[in-house]
Amino acid sequence: MDSVHDMGGMDGFGKVEAEKDEPVFHAPWEGRVLAMQRAMGFAGAWHIDHARFAQERLPPLTYLGVSYYRRWELAMEKNLTERGFASAAELEAGHAQGPGKALPRKLTTDLVPGLSRSTFYRQQQGPQRFKPGDRVRTKNIHPATHTRLPRYARGKLGTVESCHGCHMYPDSVAIDRGDDPQWLYTVVFEGPELWGPDSDPTLKISIEAFEPYLEPA
Amino acid sequence: MTDDHDHDDHHDHGSELSEMQLRVRALETVLTEKGYVDPAALDAIVEACETKIGPRNGAVVVARAWTDPAFKQALLADATKAVATMGHLNRVGDHLIAVENTPKRHNMIVCTLCSCYPWEVLGLPPVWYKSAPYRSRAVKDPRGVLADFGVTLPKDTEIRVWDSTAETRFIVLPMRPAGTEGWSENRLAELVTRDSMIGTGLPKNPSGAA
Repeated sequence: MDSVHDMGGMDGFGKVEAEKDEPVFHAPWEGRVLAMQRAMGFAGAWHIDHARFAQERLPPLTYLGVSYYRRWELAMEKNLTERGFASAAELEAGHAQGPGKALPRKLTTDLVPGLSRSTFYRQQQGPQRFKPGDRVRTKNIHPATHTRLPRYARGKLGTVESCHGCHMYPDSVAIDRGDDPQWLYTVVFEGPELWGPDSDPTLKISIEAFEPYLEPA
Repeated sequence: MTDDHDHDDHHDHGSELSEMQLRVRALETVLTEKGYVDPAALDAIVEACETKIGPRNGAVVVARAWTDPAFKQALLADATKAVATMGHLNRVGDHLIAVENTPKRHNMIVCTLCSCYPWEVLGLPPVWYKSAPYRSRAVKDPRGVLADFGVTLPKDTEIRVWDSTAETRFIVLPMRPAGTEGWSENRLAELVTRDSMIGTGLPKNPSGAA
């Protein structure tokens, strides 16, 4: 969806300000939010793209106006209520008012040391359409739902640099239409193709592009 | 709600901090009572984030690549596998990619759409990496972003920006600083900053860190 989360190339946000001696978390609740998100992901409650899509659906002023982990927390509340894991009344009351939904797994302390990112590889559904060196054009698509094709790289001419195998497809997963595995490529664009003739001529930008985002050029 | 909650609230009335502490505690209580999460496991995740994962893990990988040509080759061919052979790190997921800086090319990592970052080798991302200024500008004006970090590169160096739009994760292999011939891996790792592995910085100067 074309919301403010898709901010590559926007102007006006100012300088990048690094914080000196930045702590891992700025308040204890931030760590709890991160941990709950990871635990719910491990349990199989939702996928990472459901979490992303929930953030993308926050009102733009909220998205830009609240802190990073507050955004995570708001997205978690959305997924909990929309997917029937808890009611708004329960979150308001701060207590469960009934039993939970069954989940495939539960994260316990003994499993935490071995916790790593899950794999996103999936069984291929069809032949790989592009190979390194192929010229491609990204599609000019504007789905109202979750996509990982950023606006600045739509309808642009690029070159396939590498293929990373078949991965679950976020555009499908986020709207509960299953993994729909797709080939994933690194596609490189010249600066001027994206930003016009005034672009830094030494600039090259790549995106990770799922095959449905691409057509031969 | 316990007395403890009310206590917090009275002392820090109305701030996002106290409101968030209350709200998140309520959320955790609901998820625990529903049987979805185990608070002790949450403690363990927070502790791992604060003490076990961090850029030191990536620095050791870089230092190994600087001293062991076979490892460097393996790292650039398949970073997931190469890092797994080092043994001291947790499994890094399946999709880690190392990209090499050379005199001709400088790499920079961003996630314009959210905050994708190679947690396993660099820890949690700093606030600036997740901020609108970085996410918006890195793909359009990376030299301007580098200037914000006090870094200037030669005008003819290619700048390659990697937007992390899928589950592949990137780590920059910076160039080994001159003047470090014969240094041990441990000593070299001290020169490898987090920002040098994101591409917004360079390794420390050996004369300053020796």
